[in-house]
Amino acid sequence: MSIEIRGVSKRFGDFVALEDINVSIPTGQLTALLGPSGGGKSTLLRIIAGLEEADAGTIEIEGVDATHVSPQKRNVGFVFQHYAAFKHLSVRRNVAFGLEIRKRPKAEIKERVQELLELVHLEQFGDRLPSQLSGGQRQRMALARALAVNPGVLLLDEPFGALDAQVRKELRDWLRRLHDEVPVTTVFVTHDQEEALEVADEIVVISQGRVEQVGTPDDLYDRPANDFVMRFLGPVTALGGDLVRPHDLELGLTPGPGSHPGTITRITRVGFEIRVEVDVAGSTVLVTMNRTDFRQLDLDVGAPVHVRLVPGAPVVPAAGPVGDADPIPA
Amino acid sequence: MAEDRVDRDPFDDVEAERDLDRDHGPEGVVLTGTLFQPGAPPPRRRRVRRTPLSYLFRFIAIAYLFFLVAWPISLVVKNTFSDGFTELSDLWNDPDAMAAIRLTVFVAVVAVVVNTVFGVGMALLLVRYDFPGKRLLSALVDLPLSVSPIVVGLALVLVYGGRDGWFGPWLEDQGVQVIFAWPGIVLATVFVAMPLVVRELVPVLEEIGIEQETAARSLGANAWQTFRRITFPSIKWAVLYGVVLSLARSLGEFGAVKVVSGNVLGKTRTATLMVEEKYLNFDKGGAYATSFLLVLVAVSAIVIVGLIRPKETRR
Amino acid sequence: MTVAVAPPGKARRSRLAVPGRVTPASGLGLGVALVWFSLIVLIPLAAVVATAAEGGWSAFWRAVTNEQTAAAIRLTVSQAILVTVINMVMGTLIAWVLVRDQFFGKRLLEVLIDLPFALPTIVAGLVLLSLYGPKSPVGVDIVNKPSAVTVAFLFVTLPFVVRTVQPVLEELDPEVEEAAASLGASRLTTFRRVVLPSLIPAIAAGAALSFARAVSEYGSLVLLSGNLPFKTEVTSVRVLSSIENNNTAGAAAVATVLLAISLAVIVILDVVQRRMTRRG
Repeated sequence: MSIEIRGVSKRFGDFVALEDINVSIPTGQLTALLGPSGGGKSTLLRIIAGLEEADAGTIEIEGVDATHVSPQKRNVGFVFQHYAAFKHLSVRRNVAFGLEIRKRPKAEIKERVQELLELVHLEQFGDRLPSQLSGGQRQRMALARALAVNPGVLLLDEPFGALDAQVRKELRDWLRRLHDEVPVTTVFVTHDQEEALEVADEIVVISQGRVEQVGTPDDLYDRPANDFVMRFLGPVTALGGDLVRPHDLELGLTPGPGSHPGTITRITRVGFEIRVEVDVAGSTVLVTMNRTDFRQLDLDVGAPVHVRLVPGAPVVPAAGPVGDADPIPA
Repeated sequence: MAEDRVDRDPFDDVEAERDLDRDHGPEGVVLTGTLFQPGAPPPRRRRVRRTPLSYLFRFIAIAYLFFLVAWPISLVVKNTFSDGFTELSDLWNDPDAMAAIRLTVFVAVVAVVVNTVFGVGMALLLVRYDFPGKRLLSALVDLPLSVSPIVVGLALVLVYGGRDGWFGPWLEDQGVQVIFAWPGIVLATVFVAMPLVVRELVPVLEEIGIEQETAARSLGANAWQTFRRITFPSIKWAVLYGVVLSLARSLGEFGAVKVVSGNVLGKTRTATLMVEEKYLNFDKGGAYATSFLLVLVAVSAIVIVGLIRPKETRR
Repeated sequence: MTVAVAPPGKARRSRLAVPGRVTPASGLGLGVALVWFSLIVLIPLAAVVATAAEGGWSAFWRAVTNEQTAAAIRLTVSQAILVTVINMVMGTLIAWVLVRDQFFGKRLLEVLIDLPFALPTIVAGLVLLSLYGPKSPVGVDIVNKPSAVTVAFLFVTLPFVVRTVQPVLEELDPEVEEAAASLGASRLTTFRRVVLPSLIPAIAAGAALSFARAVSEYGSLVLLSGNLPFKTEVTSVRVLSSIENNNTAGAAAVATVLLAISLAVIVILDVVQRRMTRRG
């Protein structure tokens, strides 16, 4: 079930949440809507689901205009950040909800629910109440519930946002593998670029109500369209008025084509990575490399070096003031 | 897949606890805490859907409240002032009426003070300590709210009645007359309003938790200092809330007071008893005037409590 | 039976406010509180039951099944049930309007709802009399009629269901209803299957309170119902007349019946409260 979003705009009072959004999501793809909080991605997701109405523009699902269709009739599954579990129903009844509404025969419901519980590894918890499950388990239940009615589209709104870092990683991995098994057109919203890069087939970067760039994780990381996308998706440092990736910089003892002279001001070791801060013409440039490479150079604080960008590495002119190196995002 | 790790016991799960703040369901039913909440807690973002059905519901709700409460009350106000201020000034000039009002206020103040002290102590005990029979005691504290006022009066007469009561005759020998005198009225009023302060404080005490108090103790404060400097300031709005509720309730008690007071003019007649008497003696104007005063008190209580509520929840 | 695991709600509370053991100082406080509570509440109520039991079971039964008394009990209970049912519907509806609707003057409604709780019962009677009595501007006169009992009960029990349901409605997660919609449930189905089950404990609690209040009511009926035997006389009035006729044993017997009802309500409320915390 492909999704066509054309010219969608939405305001809340004076606040412009979305402005003229145009995105195409092909069938079966796992797409991430990535961006900072408040950027409009959740709003867009809810508009696709029919939980919000756009002020302008259209939503087409599988070629059919769904802009004014109620959420009940759109056949979209929705998974919420805080699970939205039916607290008074057991896990089994939660998952069965959509099927019971559609008055499917009991035997069919029972079978389907069992199938889904096994899919999400909650078979032993079928008769528990949601309050007796951990957050990760609740979210898996919510997924099973959404999938039960065979939606054409699956939408997830920051699905792992309420979870512990460790569980988040596990479920992220699990979602990717689930999608490989059950290739429903899936769109999920996240503000975590690592999550988007790891899980999605394609990423739509949205900030301040606009689409900044659409592309595969490699596209976005290696060929960022602008300053914002580059900053958001990975670590950046400024060299000569441009934004570059710290790990695309090399240190040399002799000058070369396009190199900048500087002095090492700080060396930090973080696990396998060495971070070298170099003072180049008054501003700090961050260079990262692995330990082996660093040891071969045999440098120390105060040593004069030359900083050079690896040929072919992505470069984006810095939009804002060229400041100190940005710390590596968590 | 790391199945075992993800499916570990939910209650060893750090994240399970983290989610609790969001998933903690509604509080258990608290009798007065929920009864008398004129202002709702700050609402979350909620789109208002205007369908024909919602207009119908709105109409029904407003009509019901109009015909059951609003119009009747406005008529009392109207009847009070049908002759201008005459009725009220007659009341002011009637020494018996003023005595009744003074008695009512006196009894109410005593009862409120007593119940506040008791209520704070009881609430602290119920929340901060464990002892056998705690749940029973907690349930019993609610008892006075659902007992018929006539039964309250009867119960007090049976124990403190001067002639045949359990303690009454002994008390009278000591010179203390309870029934048919003002102490009995105080007792009856204390009885009916007793749970109000306790019930307001219990959820507040539970929510603020024991950490601050423990910190104070570890810094060397004794029980009284801890209470005065740490506990009380955190609960003062809830206490005030309970006090206003108790005051309104105490000023308005009728049935229990009727049984224990003997309704002796000038001595044990309260404002509420006066309303009944004036009406039955065809002084309808006087009955309306007294009622008007009591309505004023009730409305003031509700409004004050409505102003306090946001302060209570803003903690 | 479900697994005996402590529900999350309880785990949270025991982290924040661990009840301690009773120390000598607080033990004294506990003793004082208990003595106080006994003197004012427990002993007097015990006296009622003891007095009722004095004449033995036969005397008790005679007092309770006395024709006039039995009629009063029947009237009180049936009217209380009627009013409770009405309150369950109207209370929920009013709470719904308060929580889900926005309009000018909504705050005034909140005051109106709390008024019956704060008003002295005798004044409530007078208030209702002005609209539904002899000088009624709409010509409705229910004085001395059984409907007077109904209206008086409706007035004094108005806040109970509204105030127990309102906070639960407020806490309802809108996303849960959105989830139901995304799964295909219409507004009505969502209400029936998702919202209402969450409200039922609150409605039950409010109903219990409402019933207990109605059964105990006295003051509002004095002026309004005329307390006519067999027609508009409620149980509390019977108790009062027994007291005034010095028939304390008889009064105590009927009072015990009322007390039993109050206790039953408290038990129901406790059960409901525990069920609500379990569901989390």
